[in-house]
Amino acid sequence: MPTIVVDVMPKAELLDPQGKAVAGALSRTGHAAISSVRIGKRFELTVDGPVDDELRASVQQIADEILSNSVIEDVVNIDFGDAEPAADASTEA
Amino acid sequence: MTIETTATTAAESSKPVLDTVEVAAATPEKEQPYGALGLKPDEYERIRNILGRRPTSAELAMYSVMWSEHCSYKSSKVYLKQFGKKVTPEMKQHLMVGMGENAGVLDIGEGWAVTFKIESHNHPSYIEPFQGAATGVGGIVRDIISMGARPVAVMDALRFGDISHPDTARVVHGVVSGISFYGNCLGLPNIGGETWFDSVYQANPLVNALAVGVLRHEDLHLANAKGAGNKVVLFGARTGGDGIGGASILASDTFAEGGPTKRPAVQVGDPFAEKVLIECCLELFQGDLVEGIQDLGAAGISCATSELASNGDGGMAIVLDDVLLRDPTLTPEEILMSESQERMMAIVRPEKLEGFLKVVEKWDVETSVLGEVTDSGRLSIMWHGQEIVNVDPRTVAIDGPVYERPVAYPTWIDALQADTAARLERPATPDEIREQFLKLVGSANQADAAWVTNQYDSYVLGNTALGAPDDAGMIRVDEESGLGVSVATDANGRYSYLDPRQGAKLALAEAYRNVAVTGAKPMGVSDCLNFGSPENPEVMWQFSETVEGLSDGCLELGIPVTGGNVSFYNQTGDVPIHPTPVIAVLGVIDDVARRLPSGWQDDGHNIYLLGDTALELDGSAWAGTVHDHLGGRPPAVSLEGEKVLAELLAAAALEGLVDSAHDLSDGGLAIALAEAVSRFGVGARVFLGEVTGDAGIDVATALFSESAGRVIVTVPREDDVKFRGLCEGRGYPVRRIGVTDASSNSLEVQDAFTVSIDELRGVNRAPLADAFGPVVGY
Repeated sequence: MPTIVVDVMPKAELLDPQGKAVAGALSRTGHAAISSVRIGKRFELTVDGPVDDELRASVQQIADEILSNSVIEDVVNIDFGDAEPAADASTEA
Repeated sequence: MTIETTATTAAESSKPVLDTVEVAAATPEKEQPYGALGLKPDEYERIRNILGRRPTSAELAMYSVMWSEHCSYKSSKVYLKQFGKKVTPEMKQHLMVGMGENAGVLDIGEGWAVTFKIESHNHPSYIEPFQGAATGVGGIVRDIISMGARPVAVMDALRFGDISHPDTARVVHGVVSGISFYGNCLGLPNIGGETWFDSVYQANPLVNALAVGVLRHEDLHLANAKGAGNKVVLFGARTGGDGIGGASILASDTFAEGGPTKRPAVQVGDPFAEKVLIECCLELFQGDLVEGIQDLGAAGISCATSELASNGDGGMAIVLDDVLLRDPTLTPEEILMSESQERMMAIVRPEKLEGFLKVVEKWDVETSVLGEVTDSGRLSIMWHGQEIVNVDPRTVAIDGPVYERPVAYPTWIDALQADTAARLERPATPDEIREQFLKLVGSANQADAAWVTNQYDSYVLGNTALGAPDDAGMIRVDEESGLGVSVATDANGRYSYLDPRQGAKLALAEAYRNVAVTGAKPMGVSDCLNFGSPENPEVMWQFSETVEGLSDGCLELGIPVTGGNVSFYNQTGDVPIHPTPVIAVLGVIDDVARRLPSGWQDDGHNIYLLGDTALELDGSAWAGTVHDHLGGRPPAVSLEGEKVLAELLAAAALEGLVDSAHDLSDGGLAIALAEAVSRFGVGARVFLGEVTGDAGIDVATALFSESAGRVIVTVPREDDVKFRGLCEGRGYPVRRIGVTDASSNSLEVQDAFTVSIDELRGVNRAPLADAFGPVVGY
């Protein structure tokens, strides 16, 4: 069953209090090399049928309107899982 | 030559040419986007005249945000002056800091002072309800800190669209969880406020946040930059790209349909950073390490630098490169306009800087010294070694444009006022009265607001003496003596729509009465005036009437307005909201142990109605709920009478003669009885013969009229004679209307209806739960 992955991040300009807290914890525990952390969300959507154009459009809409809050977040990536089966096929061949 | 250096530096900041003061002077012809920044052509021309040249882009950014309606009060200033003029020595007696500072301060005795203020965060709360409301709380709390006070409580006056409109749930869920998130994380009790639903607020909810702080007299701090050579220090969160131009763009214009915004117009708050900032500031105050302090809110660094300099010695020189940034690509203009949250600016003596830095380091608060106070009379800002701002700070912060906007009497108001509710059919039979009573109890605006208030922590810090759903919130200030303060907020947009002057007085009277019924003595006012567009002459008429009514009312009651804010452009399309002046009144009680709760707890106590009831149904909840009617003239109000009533209640509380007191407002006696019964489940038998007989009114009018100056109290039998004597001595109308009955489990109104408490509570709790989901805690 295909899995579609949607990545959502807080807008770059906006404060990310969670990321800031983790960055603070890293620096306190001696990981000086890491200067900044931003935390986003990853959604894994499992679909039963094929991933056709209609579904792609509908996932794009879901990502923009439901999974993210466009005022403060951006959908940075939607992975429809096309790459994987293609890669598998080539290795087998 | 200069241009060349500029070009090199500019490459680093990825800007073509740095617009320095020198460049601006040399290139007067350059076109500037003042229109997009919200400035009018004549305002831009005025800036050029002030400077004797065109402004640099950084200066233009500063002027545009500081001259916006939100920051400059350019349309309201001419009216707000009345608050300063209509003042008596009595009103100044306890006033330590009045209007114009971050928040007003009142002396409440025993060496304690209290500061409080209410402010709007309406527009951001529609766009992004959660963060908009959360940062509204954060902003008002920082105003309180900057006076040198410890914040001790918050309140919120909320107005949403029609409860059944599909978008209302989005706004309500976001706003309420934003407030509870920020307030609960900060550890501040939320002690009350208001929740209203009306379609006039559909695309423009009102989120007015109030905060209360306490301080010892000697801890008072002001926002001014005095003493040349003193350091200008920015501390707290880093500056990022959030809310750039939020104040000017969001609060100065109505929402355009569609059209994506380039920069996020909202800000994201971090309550934990704010909590650290509170404790850090209080330690700085304790160590006497700051001379002046100001929080960064709307217009960020532009506002803080120009206001601090204007209120002090008049000059300041800072280096903008020293601002700690979250996003290194920000341009100087963006840094000046950024509204990143949880930041403060302090003025520190050079010899105290070390001590200051020690404290901020202890609290892990990032800090940078930006420059110093000067006596040059100029605000000078450097960027990459070149001067990009050189202005007289007063021209930015104080002497902005002042408009006498056209005012027009709305001709529609005559017909509106003539359409009185007295013509509406009133219920005559007991069955009809019962049905309409329950309809009112189950209407959105009379419904139990626990869905909202149960999401807030009301008791954190351990000093809450009263909270929602009592008429006012009460906080103990001194744990030894029991000295406390009581705060209530009120507004009735329906009344103000019918008659803005009268509506303002009624809101003031109600907030005053709500404080008085807790047994406290009202002392001061903070107001948040929410209106439509000032460019609409009819809105300006509503505004001018409101300010006159409010300032006259304060004069009559003898309590000062200590501060507040004005929010214009509250409208959807061309339709302005009802004028909504939210009035917060703060009162003092010598010992919170003597407070009066609003609900009934004891059996067999006499119920008295204080004040007279007349046929006053215009603008009432009954007219709106049962007949969908809004017309006529709002109830009469006697502020002289309210004063007598308040004194009477304070005396009764002090002598322990009454054990509950509840204000009558929207929904009249009917709703007051329902609330008093529902609170602790103690029923009552009520007889209205004396009320209807004396006034010559029918039972329905007695129940649903919204005459002002009325309160119901319960009096133990043994204090009956003394209590009646107290009322008669003060000449205030008093009538016995019933007796509490703990075993009846119902509210019985003779000749009208009997409703069990279970049914009452069920009907009353349903509207919010049906619209938004289950209530926490039931």
